[in-house]
Amino acid sequence: MAYSRKVIDKFEKTLNEPEKFNVGRFDPKEANVGTGMVGAPACGDVMKLQIKCESKGNTHVIKDVKFKTYGCGSAIASSSEIVDMLIGKTLEEAREIKNVEIAEALELPPIKIHCSVLAEDSIRQAIDDFEQKQ
Amino acid sequence: MSTKLTLPIYMDYASTTPVDPRVAKKISDHLTLDGNFGNPASRSHKFGWKAEESVEEARSHVANLVGCDPREIVWTSGATEADNLAIKGIAKFYQSKGKHIITSKIEHKAVLDPCRQLERDGFEVTYLEPNEGGLITDEAILNAIREDTILISIMHINNELGTINDLESIGKIAREKGIFFHVDAAQSTGKVPIDLTTLPVDLMSFSAHKTYGPKGVGALFVRRKPRVRIEAQIHGGGHERGMRSGTLATHQIVGMGEAFRIAKEEMDKDIKKVQSLHNKFYDSVSKIEEIYVNGDMNNKVSNILNISFAYVEGESLIMALKDIAVSSGSACTSASLEPSYVLRALGRKDELASSSIRFSFGRFTTEEDVDYTLSLINHAVDRLRELSPLWEMYLDGIDLDTVEWQTH
Repeated sequence: MAYSRKVIDKFEKTLNEPEKFNVGRFDPKEANVGTGMVGAPACGDVMKLQIKCESKGNTHVIKDVKFKTYGCGSAIASSSEIVDMLIGKTLEEAREIKNVEIAEALELPPIKIHCSVLAEDSIRQAIDDFEQKQ
Repeated sequence: MSTKLTLPIYMDYASTTPVDPRVAKKISDHLTLDGNFGNPASRSHKFGWKAEESVEEARSHVANLVGCDPREIVWTSGATEADNLAIKGIAKFYQSKGKHIITSKIEHKAVLDPCRQLERDGFEVTYLEPNEGGLITDEAILNAIREDTILISIMHINNELGTINDLESIGKIAREKGIFFHVDAAQSTGKVPIDLTTLPVDLMSFSAHKTYGPKGVGALFVRRKPRVRIEAQIHGGGHERGMRSGTLATHQIVGMGEAFRIAKEEMDKDIKKVQSLHNKFYDSVSKIEEIYVNGDMNNKVSNILNISFAYVEGESLIMALKDIAVSSGSACTSASLEPSYVLRALGRKDELASSSIRFSFGRFTTEEDVDYTLSLINHAVDRLRELSPLWEMYLDGIDLDTVEWQTH
């Protein structure tokens, strides 16, 4: 698999410094936490994304993110990549994130585009989960 | 003996082996003007005679390793061609007797694809399921045999698992029923003794490059007594008693001969060494929680060890083990994005198939290589499990089979 330097870097950094790269979990029962889990073990990818939000005016802002991913190198790199995209964004802004942005940022090969789609889905799901709790 | 560690470490001997330096020397002696470069088919001068002599000496070395007559060895471009020649050659020659072939689901593609091709030509093929340990049972063979079965093609050692099929037993059944028996033995030479004087096998495929010889050369054993006939698949000059035309690649052939001569001479030493590396490796890796050996541990060669590391995806593990050259059954490492068909045929779940890594050792693997690999595996598996939501769920006591996954 010919990965870009960016995928390899992101993967290796995430692997070597998991805490710094937001690997971990929040208590999913907390009211200000939204959890999204997408994919299936049989397909080779499962992404779990959690957002921790704070109210700001009439919306919420994502203050912190945690994730865990089972999958190939580009799936792990894609999840890690969205962390920086999410922190500080309002939920409305976060919903606008598209898989192409992830794919472009990591220069994903065409056969791995589904990893970025999965990452996008995980954002939506986490936001939906959070909003249902409010 | 202490050796310096060179990275990356090669742990993929089942894929191909480096050429033994003694073999490389022999090959280079058969290339240039001052060497033995002639065409073995040239009957009119010394260059041809000398080349022919080298080719026949190599043929004897190959025959000697597997216990057959040199006249039963046909040179090919590799085990893939040998498999094609055997399967299509028998099918085409004996099609008036029947058009049914038996093989297994875990054969190499070099057997499966010719079978598929024959299906398109009107033959019927039964693909046997292996048992849980990756072995083809007598029962499975017996149940599949029909009146019109002309050929059984079963591999000796499986390339992904290292499991060893019982050729004696399958061959006996084939003999009793008057069915030809072909064996793909690409992984076998130098790993286990083979004696075709007693083994009831009619055709056997060999490869040079899995046994420290060069790529691009192999051989097919075609039994003379009782006589087995095949229809040639490549025509053009009638070389190899008409079974395989084409100028013999002298340098490749002497390379294969030398590799097989050394394999015979050093088999005991090679097996002992690899056995000890395997045991050391397995003793350590088996201490990792939630790992599964793929293939029957009691019926396999020790140069191949296939392990699934549950809750870790194979491609990411390979990336984390970047200084170790290994293969994976992971879908993500294959062009088709399908997990290993061999592991699936064993009944392994897709996720366990995708978590599998094949480690294979050989003549040049050192204890230091194994130690270093082990330390990297422990580290990488720990790290990837820390990253894995599935591992977290496993630790929380959640049965992953009960979760409703959102497949995409």
